[in-house]
This record gives sequence, C-alpha cells and structure tokens, in this order.
Amino acid sequence: MLTHLLRLALLTLSLLLPSQIARAQDAAVDIPAQIAAMGEASLKELTQIVVELASTGDNGVVPVLTALADGNLYLDEASGRVVIQNGSTITDPLTGEAVDLGAEADLSRIRVNNGLRRDISAALSGMTLMSDNPATRLAAAQGFLSKPDAANLPLLDEAIAAETDANVRGAMQAARAVTILTSEDASIEDKNAAVPQVVAGAGRNAITILTGALADAPDEVKPTIEAAIAGLEQGRAVWGALQNVWFGVSLGSVLLLAAIGLAITFGVMGVINMAHGEMVMLGAYTTFLVQLVIRQNFPGLLDYSLLIALPVAFLVTGAIGVGIERGIIRWLYGRPLETLLATWGLSLILQQTVRSIFGPTNQMVIAPTWMSGSTDFFGLAITYNRFWIVIFALIVFFMLLLILNRTPLGLQMRAVTQNRRMASAMGIRTPFVDAMTFGLGSGIAGLAGVALTQIDNISPNLGQNYIIDSFMVVVFGGVGNLWGTFVGALTLGVANKFLEPYAGAVLGKILILVLIILFIQRRPRGLFALKGRAIEQ
Amino acid sequence: MNFTRAKSALLAAALAGSISLPMVPAMAQEDTIKVGILHSLSGTMAISETTLKDTMLFLIEQQNAKGGVLGKQLEPVVVDIASDWPLAAELARQLIEVDDVDVVFGCWTSVCRKSVLPVFEELNSLLFYPVQYEGEESQRNVFYTGASPNQQAIPAVDYLAEEEGVERWVLAGTDYVYPQTTNKILEQYLLDKGVAKEDIMINYTPFGHSDWQTIVSDIKAFGSEGKKTAVVSTINGDANVPFYRELGNQGIKAEDIPVVAFSVGEEELSGFDTTPLVGHLAAWNYFMSVDTPENEAFIADWQKFIGSDTRVTNDPMEAHMIGFNLWVKAVEAAGSTEADAVIDSIVGLETPNLTGGVAKMLPNHHITKPVLIGEIQDDGQFFVVWETEDLVPGDAWSDYLPESKMLEADWTAPINCGNYNTETKTCGGAAQ
Amino acid sequence: MLTQALFRALDKKAVWVIGIFLAVAVLVPMANLLIPPGQFGHVPTYLVSLLGKYLSYAILALALDLVWGYCGILSLGHSAFFALGGYAMGMYLMRQIGTRGVYGNPTLPDFMVFLNWKELPWYWLGFDNFWFAMAMVVVVPGLLAFIFGFFAFRSRVTGVYLSIITQAMTFALLLAFFRNDMGFGGNNGLTDFKDILGAPVQAQSTRVILFAATAIALALSVLVCSMIVNSKLGKVMVAVRDAESRTRFIGYRVEYVKLFAFTVSAIMAGIAGALYVPQVGIINPGEFEPGNSIEVVIWTAVGGRGTLIGPIIGAIVVNLGKSWFTSALPEFWLFALGALFIFVTLFLPKGIVGLWKQLFGIRRKKAEEPALPTPAQSVDIERGEDSATFDNPQIRPAE
Repeated sequence: MLTHLLRLALLTLSLLLPSQIARAQDAAVDIPAQIAAMGEASLKELTQIVVELASTGDNGVVPVLTALADGNLYLDEASGRVVIQNGSTITDPLTGEAVDLGAEADLSRIRVNNGLRRDISAALSGMTLMSDNPATRLAAAQGFLSKPDAANLPLLDEAIAAETDANVRGAMQAARAVTILTSEDASIEDKNAAVPQVVAGAGRNAITILTGALADAPDEVKPTIEAAIAGLEQGRAVWGALQNVWFGVSLGSVLLLAAIGLAITFGVMGVINMAHGEMVMLGAYTTFLVQLVIRQNFPGLLDYSLLIALPVAFLVTGAIGVGIERGIIRWLYGRPLETLLATWGLSLILQQTVRSIFGPTNQMVIAPTWMSGSTDFFGLAITYNRFWIVIFALIVFFMLLLILNRTPLGLQMRAVTQNRRMASAMGIRTPFVDAMTFGLGSGIAGLAGVALTQIDNISPNLGQNYIIDSFMVVVFGGVGNLWGTFVGALTLGVANKFLEPYAGAVLGKILILVLIILFIQRRPRGLFALKGRAIEQ
Repeated sequence: MNFTRAKSALLAAALAGSISLPMVPAMAQEDTIKVGILHSLSGTMAISETTLKDTMLFLIEQQNAKGGVLGKQLEPVVVDIASDWPLAAELARQLIEVDDVDVVFGCWTSVCRKSVLPVFEELNSLLFYPVQYEGEESQRNVFYTGASPNQQAIPAVDYLAEEEGVERWVLAGTDYVYPQTTNKILEQYLLDKGVAKEDIMINYTPFGHSDWQTIVSDIKAFGSEGKKTAVVSTINGDANVPFYRELGNQGIKAEDIPVVAFSVGEEELSGFDTTPLVGHLAAWNYFMSVDTPENEAFIADWQKFIGSDTRVTNDPMEAHMIGFNLWVKAVEAAGSTEADAVIDSIVGLETPNLTGGVAKMLPNHHITKPVLIGEIQDDGQFFVVWETEDLVPGDAWSDYLPESKMLEADWTAPINCGNYNTETKTCGGAAQ
Repeated sequence: MLTQALFRALDKKAVWVIGIFLAVAVLVPMANLLIPPGQFGHVPTYLVSLLGKYLSYAILALALDLVWGYCGILSLGHSAFFALGGYAMGMYLMRQIGTRGVYGNPTLPDFMVFLNWKELPWYWLGFDNFWFAMAMVVVVPGLLAFIFGFFAFRSRVTGVYLSIITQAMTFALLLAFFRNDMGFGGNNGLTDFKDILGAPVQAQSTRVILFAATAIALALSVLVCSMIVNSKLGKVMVAVRDAESRTRFIGYRVEYVKLFAFTVSAIMAGIAGALYVPQVGIINPGEFEPGNSIEVVIWTAVGGRGTLIGPIIGAIVVNLGKSWFTSALPEFWLFALGALFIFVTLFLPKGIVGLWKQLFGIRRKKAEEPALPTPAQSVDIERGEDSATFDNPQIRPAE
C-alpha cells in the first residue's frame, strides 16, 4: 500500500510539473549523473529521475526524455553507459555525438510503462512549447489539450503571442480554451467564449473534452456546452452512418477477395472446391516466407515485401492449383459432388502439412508503413490497411473480368466450361484450359491470402475461417457469374455492418445467414441467375 | 470375438492394410509409469495446445534423465483430441482404461474439461488442467494449476483503477463460458466498488471474429466521454491478432485506452508485430521476461529441447511444469501412483514456481500463484509493471457471485467436498 | 399377414442387415456381461459405448443416404438435425440431475445458476418428462426439416444452392447455440449427466442397454429405409434423383416426395443424436459445425451411397479409423484421413460396397469381360449415372 501511495504522489507531482519547469531552474540537479543512473533504475526511480530532469528546464534533456518514451534509450551492460540507439546509430544522450561502444557492447533497453510515458509527454509539453520546430510545438500544444492546467495559462498566452504558424496557433488556442473551460477562476463570459474555440480547434476530441468539462461547469455555462455537444453529436450521427457504409464496403471487399477465386473454381468450373481456403492460407504463408527472405537479405525492401509477395503467391498457389487439377480434379469432371469429397480430403492434408512444417502457431507478417495507421477523411476514420485492401480487391476483380472477357485464354475458358465437347472439337486443348482455369482460381486465392495477412492470423486454420463465407457469397450472387460475386460480397458486407450495431456481432451474423436462406427461396439461382435455356434441364 | 468386431477388423484391414484394432487392451507394463497427454494437435485449438504437448514431453524427458519416479521411467502417451470435445471424453476413457495411464495432463478449453470430467470421476484417475479458467468448480480428481478469476481478473482491475485511474470499463470477450463468468464477476466487483452501471460496457463476439471495425470504433466512442477508459479483454486466442491490429490502425494508444488481456501471452504475440501495441497490458501468473535463475534455466532447457532459440514460454507451460512437479512429489510422498493415495498426499505439497515463489497445492485443488501485470513491449515480451506482494491462493468459488459466495471446496478430511456450503454446513451446494 | 407384407417389402439383403444388427444388439451385451474380463471374447464396457457411438453415427449416415443416395438431395446440414435430437435428450438428462448439481439448485442447471438465470426458460419446460423429451427428439428436427424443406422444395431450390443453404442453416444454428443467452449452455453445452430413467448413466448395465437400444434403432432404421425405397414412393424418389424435371412432367409432385424423404431423414438423424448423447456424455454446439455434416457425407460416400449397407459400413470404418489414428498417429492422422478420402473418391467411386461388387464381378466374369477400367475410363462409363444425381446443368460441363 505504501508503494502505491508513493507512486501516486510521484505521479501527481509530475503532473503538476509542466507549469513550474519552464521557470524553475534548479541548478542542483546533476544532469549527467541522473542520466547515468537511469540505466539501473527501477520504474519508481525512473519516475523520480524524469521529474528531476524535467525540473531543470534544460532543453538538453529533451532528447533523452523523448528517447526514453519512445523506447530508444539503452543501457550498455558492458560499459554501464546509457546511450540512445536510433536504427543502427548510437549516440550519447546529452551531447548527441556518435558513440562507439566497441565489439563487446551489450545493449539492453531501458523499459518504461504507460504511466511513465504519460509523465514524460506532460513534462515535454512544457519544455517544447517554445521549440523552434513547428511540429514539436504542435505536439506540445496537443499535450496541453489533453492535460489542461490553469497554471499553464501565462505560458500559453506567451506562446500564442509569439506563434507564427496558423495551424499551431489554432491548437494552442484550443488548449487555452480548454484550460479556461476547466479552470475554477475563469469568468462565465470567458468560459462561454471558450466553448466554440474548443469545437473549432479540438477536432474529434471536442466531444470528450466538452463532456468532461460539463460536470464541473457553472450552471450559466452548461447550456452553451450542451448545445455545442448536441451539434457535434448530430454531426457524428451522420458520419456514423457513413462510417458503417465504409466498414461494410471494407468487409465486403475482404469477402470478395476470399470468394473471387472460388467464383472461378466453383462458379465457372463447377468444382466444389473445399480446398479453396487452404489456397488462401498458402498465399498467406508465401507472403510470410517472402518477407522472411527480404528481412534477412534485403532489409531496405521491407516496405515493398507485400508487393513482391503478390506475384510469388500467385505463381506458387497457381502452380499448386494446376498440380491439383492434373492430379485429382481431372478424374472427376462430371462428378461435381465427388470433388467435394476429394478436395475436403486435400484440405485436411494441406492444413496438416503446413502445421507440420511451420508449427501450429501464428506467423508474423509485418505491416508496411504505408498500410499502418489511419487517416481522417472529413471525420471518417479510414484505416490504411482496409483502404488498400478495398483498392486491391477492385483491381483483382477487374483484372479477372478483363482476362475472362478480353483474352484468348479467357475465351477458351468460357468455351470449355460452356460446352466441353464442342470446344474440343474446335481444336481447343481442353485439358490445358482446365488446368489453367483451376490454376487461375487458385492463384487468385493466393492473392487473397497476401491481403489477409494484413487483417488476420497467419495460422494453418486461416482458410477454414473463410471457406463457408466464400461459398455463401458465390451462391448468393449466383453461381457462374462474376458480377454476382461482386455484388453479393458487397451486399453481405454492408448488410452485416448495418446489423451489427443493433443486433451485436453474433446475432448479426445469424440474421445474415437466415436472410441468405430466405433470399434463395425467392431466387433459387442467386442474385444474378444465368438466363436462358441452359437453366432448364 | 463378437461379430461386429470381427467385421470391423476385416473392413479396416482391407482398407488400410496394417490397421490393428484400437481397442485391444495394451499389455500392462510394470516397468514404466504412463503419463497421458490429452491435448488438441489439430483443429482450432491446436495453435495453443500443441506447445503444451511439447512441454509435457520436455518435462517427462527431464524427469527421466533424473531417474524417473519411484525408480521407474515415465512413458508419455500422446493422443490428439482434434478440438472435438466428445472425442476428448472418448480418448480420456481410452487413456485410462486401455493405455492404463496413471495421470493425465491436458485440456485447454472449459468445454474439454467439462466433457472429460465425468470420465475422471467415474474411473477415479487424475487430471492436471493448466489454463486460467472461470472457476466455479472443484472436483476431487482434477487439479487446477491455472489461475482462477481471483488470481488474474480482479488484481488486473485493481491495478487499472488504482494505477491508471480508470473509471470507465469495457468488458470485451468471446461469447463462451470463461468470459461470461469472468465478466459477471468483474461487473459485480466494479458495481460493488461504486462504478456506475452506464460506465460499464459489455460486448461479446463469436469465436475467431476477424472484423473488429465496428467494435473498435464503439470502444473509441465509449472512451471519448471524458472519463479514463480501459478495456478488459477476455477475447479468445485466435481473434486477438485482428483485434489488436484494428486498435493500432484506428490509433488507439495504450496511453489513451489501455487494454488488459487475460488470454494473450507470449505465444499469441509471437505471431504479431507488437510495435503498435506497446503499453497494452496482460495479467498472468508468469511471464517469460521474469528475471529469476529458475526461469532462465527453464527457458534455456526448453529451447534446447525444442531446438529453437526463438521459441517462447508462457503461463500455461509454467502451470504444467508446476502441476507435473507437484504430481511427482505427491507420488514420491505416497510411494504409489494410485489416484487415492496421490490425492491424499498432494494437498499441502509445495514446489518452486518460475517467478521466485512457491506453488502450494491447496485443499480446494487450486494452487497459490503470484499475480503479475505486464506491459507489451515491441519485442513481443512483457515488462512486469506490477505484482502482488504475496502469493494469492486460488479460490474455486467466487466471492462476488451471490450463488457461490457461501461455497468452499476442501478435499481433505473431514469435509471432503467440492461444494461445501459454509452457511448450512453441508456438502452439496447452495440447496435452497 | 403383416409379416408377410413386411417380408415382401424387404429385399433379402435388408433382412440380413437387420438380422445382423439385432444379433449385435444381443451378442455384444452378452459378451460384456457374461464373459468375465480378461477372457477371450470379453467386450470391455468402454468399448460397448464406443461401438454404440459408431452405431448412432451409422443411423445418421443412413439418414443422409436416404435423401442423398436415393433422392438426390445433398444436405450439408444433416448434423444439425442430429444435434437437435441430441440437445432434446441432453435437456432431459440435465433436468434429471436435480439437486446433484454443484449449486444444488433443484430446477436450474448449473450454467443457468452462475449466469444468474432466475427461472427456467419456457422452452425447457416439460423436459423433465422422459416421454415429452423423446417426443421432442422426433418433433424438433422433423418440424425444422418440414418447414425448411417445404419452402426450399416449393421454390425449387436444387443442387448446390440447396446444399449451401442447408450449410447456412447449420452454421446459423451453430452460432445461435454458441450464444450463452440462448440458454443451452453456450460453448460448454450440456454435460455431467447423472441418470436416465432413474438408472445412472455411467453404470455398466445402462451402457449396455443404451448400446442395445442403438443397435435396435439401427435395425429399425434399416427396416424403415428398406420399406421406403422398395415401395412405389421409393421408386419415385429414385426417379426424382435421376431426372427431376422428367418426373415432374409425368405428373408427380416432386416437392412432396422430397419433403417426405427430407423429413423422415431428419427424424432419423434426431433419433441418432438422442442415442449418441448419453453414450458420449456431452452435447455441445460443436456438433452443428458444417465440417461435421461434410464428414457425414464422406462416411456415406466411403461406404457407398444409394445402398442401405454402404453408409453403415462407411460410418463405422471412418470413425474406427479416426479413433485409432488419433491415438496411434496423433501427428499424422489427418494425412491418413485426407488420403483415404482422396483414394476413395478416385478409385472407389461406388465406395466400399462398390469395391465388394467389383471384386465379385471380377471373379465371376473374369473370362468374358476385360480388366477393370482405369480411373479415366471409369469416369466416362459412370458419368451419365453419377452426374444425374446432381442436376444443375450450370455446374456440370454440358455434353
């Protein structure tokens, strides 16, 4: 209990600090000694050191604090020195000069926790508000925004007066407005005037800040805040609906990617391909291997490893697909239900093979930087990985359409699947075309696997999670029709995402399945049934 | 030989050539002690359980190198329950009746334990169950070496409330019995602590849920109401990677909304780039990063056994190690592998755990454990930020549920009961 | 007179099969109870339950064969009916626990107590009565099949479309039963049974009786199936399988024929499930898994569909293999199982029963007929008949 109290006391102390540090110049703190002590310090001692360092107000300690928060501060176990490691360069935390630790260097990271990271960012805000770098100042202003403290007002006023960058000034003004709103001694007028400033400057956090301020606000200010919140929430409701559409489209594009290979092997060729999911899984494992090779041999290309994996995965799974067609499927044409049994057996074997080789645990594929994080699109949070998957699904779909409708191979594929004997009589090498079609479908499944590494586990069970959904999509859209698969996937995705907030994830999925069953009663051949005599016997 | 067996044998032989009947009782071998290993090596649970099978083989090999038990070598008998729970019951029966094993280490899921439980009771054998679970159970033939809710969930919530100042709670879990019960206990606990009902959001998702967009944005919205918010996650293994990915991508940082997980360990994180997750938390009774000589030796031996210096260790592995060592001690104390003798002698025995403490088998067949809270680091390891000062004894029946707060389990004389009612002083639950 | 009519309705093979299983129903219990352990011929009790499990699977496979092998409806959701029957039985068994649950609550099962249920939900009422529960074993799967089939067959949903929506049905039920809010125990399902009709479930005598009941139920199922397929209705079913439109144009109400077969089959599957649960001691939503339904299809195919004995042999052989492989080759059994499926599909298109016939055929006709066709040829030879079971011209390459 005592340790808790101590820790809390320190935490409170450090939160109060930013207000004082800019002014207090405590010459008694021995900065190099404190930094050297960081190496062996426990968490509690580290908090103490951070407080001491920040209290100097010396800008020289900013790099070491930043490095500590980012996890770039290391202790060299051999020499006992504390250094900053950034990539492969090792520098001294105070002077910033490169350090050569020699061959026996044994770096271990100095570890921090959430509380300490928060303390550091609060401490840094106060120290960096006057920095020369606009980005640093912006970060500092945002730090104040999340931790308003009336004692900082003079500092903020000073910074606003000196600020030249409009963007940063906006953030500072918002921070100032929040500080006024939450402070106890500001006047009612000032508080009322601060509300619109918060709305304008605080972005998506405005509702959080205002709701937080509402409880303690004087009665005269409450109506203003409530009105502002109501306005913001109305906006959010509209965007909420749009957000659902976006979620639906992105879920739909995942379904489309997973199902589109099946639309070829099952939809066009008529093979009830239970091993389709395993092709997706193999595509994901190929990506893992490609990235492994790149990480070990060409670290510079790591950001492009997914792009490099695309053709490799296509070729690998495509080749396996051709192998399966030649080895198993070709004996079964005209017995589509038998393909279900054989491919089910095959999927068991493929899963177990991967499990034996790679082990049953998840494998790691690092997200490239251009697929991490999210962007604010008029208040709509769009994550990059989902965004690129949507784009990728569209590209794959239209490429496939192009291949089927505009190339000789596509023509032959359609001919063979429509009338095998006639096509054969016209001189088409039907076995070759069969192998190519199955290979194409499998290759596309492999491409889906590459994309799925960005949202799902890479484990031997990966394919199992998608196989049922894929069949639902293809059947819902109408077997044998690529556009049906396209519309089917997007419809199911969007419907699912609109049901989920009301019904919950589980019930939403059940409802979707029931809807599919009911829909098939209305249209027994799916959404886009092929018309014409071929339908009737 | 009856007709069916003869016919089946004929057919099976015709089919695969060399198949012999599974049900011919194995010759009882007196020179070894057989240890059953009952884990899923295929299907959805293989991802977690295969490592535990290897752990058992590792422990048995080590023990044999030390001279075995009672002067006999141990012989592992491995079966694959294939994530199929009726099959688990069937194979448990086969292990005990046909293979004649003296003890079984196995199961991960609650349903697996529930399905084999009647078998162990009927045939009076021993099961060591190594995974954190929902509690509300104590059975004479089962030893629970994983955490019960008071050894994991409640300390984690205390940590968040006291150290991080959390006031608003999202209890997110996969819809099965462990999250349901844990969340029920936590909800009651939080309400007792004065948290308002509207400050608790409970959310369940299906197994293997992979599309977290809506839920993560809901959590984000829930967390933006002005109070410090945390997520208590009982999301099951497979669904975690997509969940954390979505968290990272939607920009939820640990400093803003920390997530404390009860089912995410080193093994789960080994398939994941943890850079965006730094600072999120997990509560366990063991972390690989714990700095003790015992742990260092265990990791070194394990990695040597498995032939890879990147293989991680995790909490259920430690639980199996403790369970195995306790069983060895109990057998040596009793001088016999008979179930009744072991059950009598094991209670009160102690064995060092890997975090520098001792694990003691309690009369309720749970063990004492330290509770550690760790923050995820970018190398997939956990950094211990908090731990209990004393060992926490496992509690079979939660004190926070009205139906079970008067229940106690004690398998020693004179009570000898798994659900002893301390109010009515009778065995047999909360008879109303 | 009745026996005479019965006998006429059955072919000789069916009489044999029924006879065998009735004999098994007597012999295995005798071997268990009368021959002392350790002596040759003794069947250990656990083996009795294991065989009972296989026989209940065999009933399920037979049920699927009735709709698939004889009527051309490939159901990928038959384990849903099996599981529903199992749940009905499981609910009865749960209610029999009474105050012996860990919380000692006389009415509520344990999982309801710790999830704070205050009273028994309405759909649990009546399940403390054995006969009501047995009625539900038949009614629930039958009614679901009837409603599902009524709409699906009336809308002329056929081929893969039907297969996939049956899969959607079982998948939806899987998700629903996983939900703890449904009141069926969620993922843990129903377990820790104590009594059935007052007799302890674990006792040797109960197990033996359950086994005998299963064997008799299997014999009865064979009897019912045999009577159906040998009747005029059975002939129409085969006609529907081979040429649905033609049958319709002749004037038969194809949808009613299918509906009849589907409903009877679902009831059989439900009974199989009810017999399965007390013998394995647990029912959980895993039984609804679409993979399980596909496995049933595979048993049937391995044994030989469109015959009465085939699915029974298939179910027993595959499960025997599974039991054996999972403990003998825990790391590699999936390879063996997968290879078995591929092998059977490629080389034994008519299953084990077909192999039997082929072997006999060779011995008898070796002189006059050429050697066995290679796989490629056999495909051509059998294409006409086989593809007819799956009458979706879009799927089948047109000829």
